[in-house]
Amino acid sequence: MNARIVHIASNTFREAVRDRVLYNLIAFALLISGAAIFVGQISIDIERLVVVNLGLTAVSLFGVVIAIFIGIGLVSKEIDKRTLYTVLSRPVRRWEFIVGKFFGLAGTLIVNTFFMAIGVFAALLYVAHKFTGADTLILIALYFIILEFLIICSLALLFSSFSSPLLSAVFAFSLFVIGCFADDLRGFAALTHGFTRWIATGAAYLVPNFSALNVISAVAHQQPLSGQLIVQNTLYALFYTAMALSGAVLIFERRNLK
Amino acid sequence: MPAIEILGLEKTYMVGFWRKRPKLALQPLHLTVEEGEIFGFLGPNGAGKTTTLKMLMGLVFPTSGTARILGHEWTDPEVKAQTGFLPEQPYFYDYLTAHELLNYYGQLSGVPGKDRKRRIDEVLQRVGLTDVKGVQLRKFSKGMLQRAGIAQAILHNPKLVFFDEPMSGLDPLGRREVRDLMEQLKQEGKTVFFSTHILSDAEALCDRVAIINKGELRGVGAVEDLTSTVQGKVEVVWQGVQVPASMKALGAECHVTGDTVRAVLPETQQDAAIDALRRERIRLIAITPLRTSLEAYFVEKMQQSQSAAATTVGTTK
Amino acid sequence: MTSIQRTTIVATTCLVVSMTACVLLLRHLDTIRPQAVIEDVLYIDSPKVVKRASLGFEGLAACLYWTRTVQYFGHRHHDLERTYHELAPLLEITTALDPQMFPAYQFGASFLAPMPPNGAGEPERAIQLMEYGIQHNPDNWQLYYNLGFVYYTELKDYKKAGEVFTRGSEIPGAHPFMKLLAAQMAEHAGDFTTARLLWSATFESSSERNIKQNAIEHLRSIQVDEDVTNLQAGVTRFGERTGRLPYSMGELASAEHLPATPVDPDGNAYVLDPDGRVLVEHPDDFPFITKGLPPGYKRTGLPKFHTQS
Repeated sequence: MNARIVHIASNTFREAVRDRVLYNLIAFALLISGAAIFVGQISIDIERLVVVNLGLTAVSLFGVVIAIFIGIGLVSKEIDKRTLYTVLSRPVRRWEFIVGKFFGLAGTLIVNTFFMAIGVFAALLYVAHKFTGADTLILIALYFIILEFLIICSLALLFSSFSSPLLSAVFAFSLFVIGCFADDLRGFAALTHGFTRWIATGAAYLVPNFSALNVISAVAHQQPLSGQLIVQNTLYALFYTAMALSGAVLIFERRNLK
Repeated sequence: MPAIEILGLEKTYMVGFWRKRPKLALQPLHLTVEEGEIFGFLGPNGAGKTTTLKMLMGLVFPTSGTARILGHEWTDPEVKAQTGFLPEQPYFYDYLTAHELLNYYGQLSGVPGKDRKRRIDEVLQRVGLTDVKGVQLRKFSKGMLQRAGIAQAILHNPKLVFFDEPMSGLDPLGRREVRDLMEQLKQEGKTVFFSTHILSDAEALCDRVAIINKGELRGVGAVEDLTSTVQGKVEVVWQGVQVPASMKALGAECHVTGDTVRAVLPETQQDAAIDALRRERIRLIAITPLRTSLEAYFVEKMQQSQSAAATTVGTTK
Repeated sequence: MTSIQRTTIVATTCLVVSMTACVLLLRHLDTIRPQAVIEDVLYIDSPKVVKRASLGFEGLAACLYWTRTVQYFGHRHHDLERTYHELAPLLEITTALDPQMFPAYQFGASFLAPMPPNGAGEPERAIQLMEYGIQHNPDNWQLYYNLGFVYYTELKDYKKAGEVFTRGSEIPGAHPFMKLLAAQMAEHAGDFTTARLLWSATFESSSERNIKQNAIEHLRSIQVDEDVTNLQAGVTRFGERTGRLPYSMGELASAEHLPATPVDPDGNAYVLDPDGRVLVEHPDDFPFITKGLPPGYKRTGLPKFHTQS
């Protein structure tokens, strides 16, 4: 069972690489080096701030875009192109397929983030000329960004299991944006009354809470992060991912393939 | 133990904007396929052949009914290690090479590492793709894709193989090769279940066939039995261009072709015909018992179903 | 059990468990990061930048910031914080994004100007905010009201307040009390009636909970101030007549021909101390009174809305 998941995951990774996804790293590299050089010229005290903010935001946004654009097609493309027939006619369980696809996509993003992290640290070294102890916080921010990716991948996969790529992209992007404002959504919900309050609060809790995972500005200002925050965010991301994947499995198990 | 037992598999789709209108794709189907035979599943396009296959493969869920494959429940995933499937007009991951594709499928089918390499090479040779095993599938022609499809279906040495329209898109040489392959599979003791709308292939290959139209099973039987004539006819061929009056009297249908005449008459008149020709001193070239072709049986079944459908319509309206 | 059934059960259980875990974790996370929320809120504290960042969706951004403002104030008030440093920028951003966000101006008038712990203690910024509003909405008489309110309540600049109320009263459609207030400013600015008029107007014209609460507290305090003033005058009269202080509130009440023992808005009787001072029994319940406080009484410095409407 586990072997099949690993094989599906590595095949998904291979597909992403051969789809030339990793070329996005070139665009990223250009962006971050341009920023580093530019920043060195225009301001003295905030180069570090700009590089960290810009770098981490770019890692996050590039990753989300990739996660969504690959994720939405993970299942629906295989159904449309009927490549799924020869896979499911083998002793592969449908849930193994979903989980394998998830790990493949997550793996792609982690590899991508790894290379981008090197870019960010390189740019930081260039503008600040040395690393400080507080720079380890950047690693934590990157870790949280990866947790964000896990959530987005699982959501994209969930939508892909029942919806067309276009709709899935819309849903996934919307949830990402709303998730970034999750705290505000809860604020809105707190202002409503009665039945609306129930619905709004429910929605506010179900929406992925990316504001909790976004520590970019804190890290840029070198503010410390508590160990409890790290643990709880990790658990939250894992449970949320499990939730979305369970949903995807439940849907996909029942789907009649055309 | 039968290789396949289909016990009332049925599929109704809900169509229409609100998904309220039922559309019957397959009426409850009862069918048995024995081990070691080549079984043909015949029918025009849209008859329900692919639906049946997809249900057996677990790609589509039946509205009711069950099936047993090699003695197990058809939904049992382990059974799939023993079966191979070639879908109609297969499409594979085009970013993989043939070798990588087979390796991936081999992994998923649970073929152990050491055997896998050997099997892949064997199978590639068998379908004639050894030269292109390092080429990405997106560069393959239709015929090559079909061969790759066959390769992945037999890679893990399954006991039972399902082919959906295996000859589609192949040139005559390719079709011949596929037919030979299916014969070989039978020699190896495997069971082959394939669907097609090309009757000549079925006639040449199959031990037994089933005919399906508009979701309903019209007929099942051994090819030999279906094509042997109950009311036999013989074809008599003689030299010359004349048709003796005595022949006409026997009710022969005669065609003149070049300098020979072919006549078709009932088997019972065979001796009378030979006597007539001898009397007229006409040279007999050949006497051949005629078999009803599968095509004729097929058409008959189609027409039966049409008229049956017509009467049904008449009565329900 | 078929494999589909097994998978369904496992997946459904996983779904329910994860969902519950997510909700619980989120609630827990909230306790760890309340400050982080506020800090994030004001990471961009320049209205211009926020405006550009909202990519033209200024209305939505304004709603967002307004919600945050109310949440911010509510949390800090509830948690008995004493300062509201971010209130002014929040309101400035909100009104920069949407100059017609009228509740924001009223909020600013009520809570920017008063000194901590009841407000941010920035009356000049409050005035700037009102004037910004007036500039962008010259036909809105309520903004003049808000401006005059600030001059009256915090700056005690009755002349300015009168001018503003007058200007406001001249706008077509202005509420009649504007003229009334303008007139009162001239002669009777310090009167209880005027103050009561003003705070009642605030209470009526807002639907925002915090503003209404604040107005109620002020009205209660005005009542107390008025009662204490009258009672104290009664003590003086008593002293002039009898040459001594009343032995008790009861004696004073019958001397003044009051129908019953005088009570404060909470129903507690006023207290007469041995030195003849009229005092309130629970001064903490009236955050805004200026009279009836025991000598040496220090406010605890915590904001308080005593009554909950």
